Amino acid sequence: MNMNILIVDDYTTMLRIIKNLLKQLGFNNVDEATDGTAALEKIKGKEYGLVISDWNMEPMTGIELLKLVRGSNDNYKDMPFIMITAESKTENVIAAKQAGVNNYIVKPFNAETLKGKMSSVLGEF
Amino acid sequence: MTDAAPENAENGEDQGYKRDQVVKIINSVITKVGAVEDVEREVIYKELKDLHDIIEEARQEVGLARAGDISAEHIPTATDELDEVVRATAEATSTIMDACDVISEKAAEAGEVGATITDEVMKVYEACSFQDITGQRITKVVNTLQAIEGKVDALMKVLGEKMPGISLGGEGEAEDGRVGDEKLLNGPQIGDKAITQAEIDKLLEEFD
Repeated sequence: MNMNILIVDDYTTMLRIIKNLLKQLGFNNVDEATDGTAALEKIKGKEYGLVISDWNMEPMTGIELLKLVRGSNDNYKDMPFIMITAESKTENVIAAKQAGVNNYIVKPFNAETLKGKMSSVLGEF
Repeated sequence: MTDAAPENAENGEDQGYKRDQVVKIINSVITKVGAVEDVEREVIYKELKDLHDIIEEARQEVGLARAGDISAEHIPTATDELDEVVRATAEATSTIMDACDVISEKAAEAGEVGATITDEVMKVYEACSFQDITGQRITKVVNTLQAIEGKVDALMKVLGEKMPGISLGGEGEAEDGRVGDEKLLNGPQIGDKAITQAEIDKLLEEFD
């Protein structure tokens, strides 16, 4: 599939895992960023069909990135955004939803969960 | 012993007696000094001596506890060990995923069996996310230890000012109470503190 996907995580291990799972699901155009600031730069410079981001990163967290994306007036404002995080408290999920997240995956997760959540955001693929 | 002397000092059943005893002795001395014409100097001296002994005993107990070792050695060692766990698991995870990459490439050329292999390799990838989760949990523990270290440092500073001259620990090697062969068991060493297999071999050769 030709859609561009951006994955954001400060753990290179997780970037590698998600990238491999996406490859397995048929997505080969995958870019990586290790925090919100780097991700925002990439988002400004390229059109992405989906962002998959961790929450707990420095200096810019995943939720800060999400709020900046949703609060902008640019064409990426409504870009699909999935949070993949170890933050599993109810208040985290609520905060992410209020910030405009499209879906929320708790770590650890598997390929089936990733595919299911992506389908609910992008439609069946 | 005067009427203000520690009642439980002999058997040590209740260490909480000391503060009350000190207050009692001070009050007793103040009362007697206030009516100094009615009391002999030796009685006041005896009570002050009791007070001195209690304070000295407390100083020695604080010194024996070597609380300074907590922030100077125990907590830094614990955080170093945890950092090493994160580093070692990250390295091992990377090696596992490198092997998975190779297996996946070969599986892609292996037809129907290859698809099954690829599915299983994906499960290995998924399982490797443990490293991220454990890393975050360990980071939380390290942060907690560092907070404790800060509190102990603050406490040591106060005690150091209030009790000048007393050793609170924190200098030299902390005593762990082990003796003999037991003292040799310290588990895996951290990074540059460890010697290599080559260094061990060389050391052994020196005995031949």
